[in-house]
Amino acid sequence: MINYLIAMATFGAIYAVLALALNVMWGMAGMVNLGIVGFYAFGAYITALLTLNAHAPIALGFLAAMIGTAMMAALVTLGLTRLRDDYLAIVTLGFAEVVRIAAENEIWLTRGTDGISGIPQPLKSTLGADFNAAYLVFCLVVLAVVLWVLERVRTSPFGRVLRAVREDAQVAAFAGKDVLRFKVKAFALGGALAGLAGALYAHYSSYIVPEIYVPLLTIYISLALTAGGIGNNWGAVIGAFVVVFFLESTRFLVGVVPWLSAEQLAALREFLIGLGLLLVLFFRPRGLMPEPLPRLVKR
Amino acid sequence: MMALLEVKGLRRRFGGVTALDGADLSVEQGRITGLIGPNGAGKTTLFNAVTGALRPNDGAVYFAGTDVTGWRPDRLAEVGLSRTFQIARGLSALTVIENLMLYGKHQPGEAFCAAVLRTKAARAREEELRLRAIAVARELNLLQVGDNRAIDLSGGQKKLLELGRALMAEPKLIMLDEPAAGINPTLAKKLGEHILALKARGMTFLIIEHNMGLVAALCDHVVVLVQGKRFAQGRFADLRSDPRVQEAYMGHRA
Repeated sequence: MINYLIAMATFGAIYAVLALALNVMWGMAGMVNLGIVGFYAFGAYITALLTLNAHAPIALGFLAAMIGTAMMAALVTLGLTRLRDDYLAIVTLGFAEVVRIAAENEIWLTRGTDGISGIPQPLKSTLGADFNAAYLVFCLVVLAVVLWVLERVRTSPFGRVLRAVREDAQVAAFAGKDVLRFKVKAFALGGALAGLAGALYAHYSSYIVPEIYVPLLTIYISLALTAGGIGNNWGAVIGAFVVVFFLESTRFLVGVVPWLSAEQLAALREFLIGLGLLLVLFFRPRGLMPEPLPRLVKR
Repeated sequence: MMALLEVKGLRRRFGGVTALDGADLSVEQGRITGLIGPNGAGKTTLFNAVTGALRPNDGAVYFAGTDVTGWRPDRLAEVGLSRTFQIARGLSALTVIENLMLYGKHQPGEAFCAAVLRTKAARAREEELRLRAIAVARELNLLQVGDNRAIDLSGGQKKLLELGRALMAEPKLIMLDEPAAGINPTLAKKLGEHILALKARGMTFLIIEHNMGLVAALCDHVVVLVQGKRFAQGRFADLRSDPRVQEAYMGHRA
């Protein structure tokens, strides 16, 4: 049981980093991104290929995953500058699917649907059975650092410009801000974090396969952010853990409603998740933790 | 000496409609210039084409002696051209003080690294901007709602915030698009007083306004725009008694 809890907490931390990445792009800069899983996959594949094929150190793999994904995200933004809202949502969704399908078909590079196994796990031989617990601590430390950086970003003049771009990009431009540059920066930062989350996952599970990176995961992360509070970093983290808890706890429905088949239970889970989100948004329209506002009149 | 803002032969078409048909306009330093004309005359289009929201098809815009035709809004803001919108456009989820501080220029903390590192320069500038924002909010009677979100303001307060934001940019010229639209007469009068006080300190304004009382009270010089062209210009009192202007505004009298 304890191993199970450790695994769930690790997933919670990884998803929290992913939700924070989405919060930068969507929550702060207002760019709907239904392709976050594409960046997550991109980061995972970069580090997997580098550490396995090129025998690069794991730290370098992490770094490359972040930089590579940030660059990819910046490129994507440049291609999307004229799109907003729904259109951006559709195109980013398409981007993620392109990444997944490319990973399925470029077998020479990604080993296709067989996936990549044997991705090195840091200090696995030294830690042995303690690997999972140690990796959880590592993930939590990474999460704490990311959260700290993003809280600084949110409360900085840079964060203020991002939020202004989110509210009305044209007004931000008349305020003298180079909107495109800020959008690219926000996407690159979010991309770097999504790539980081991807690397965290790859070196944890040691096995990645395209079918992990389906749109449903994007939906879960968006859900975590919406429920937690769009624009609130702490909300993104809480939301991610709540979603993982919800997804996992509903597995135990089998014991509660034994008369339903496995397929019916799986469907029921999706129902419950949707219902959970509706309830949160009904009672807390801006999420569990709404975006905090600074008090600036008196210091 | 050249005027602060000089618009020459500005043209802008939307499909088959010619919204601006060679409009000319000049705004003298230190004056309040009014831009009036019937609905659909192209006043807001002129604002948009001057401030970079729209690219003009033809013509030229000179600001402080520089050809700024087709410049992006953020570059124009940089050189001192600030504008407001007809319908107060909020950065709704930002507080009043944040709305004001956003318009402050030269904040090194808007770069990512300086933001994360909280550099001394960024912090010092932030405090400067905060104090300026408080001063502007106090002047416009917005200080008591300073920490409220802009979306929670009344219509009149939103208009005042628009003016305040324009001020924060330390502009050379402020272009106001119907500052008195949709606010009560008392507040409109107050707004007029704020504008005159700013003019007394040397600020230059270009104002679109339909409230003729306000135009008469504020404007030193008025330009009448009809069908995308300058139709007449001069002092408001002279224009008001000009039958051609009356006709352009009201249509033929029976």
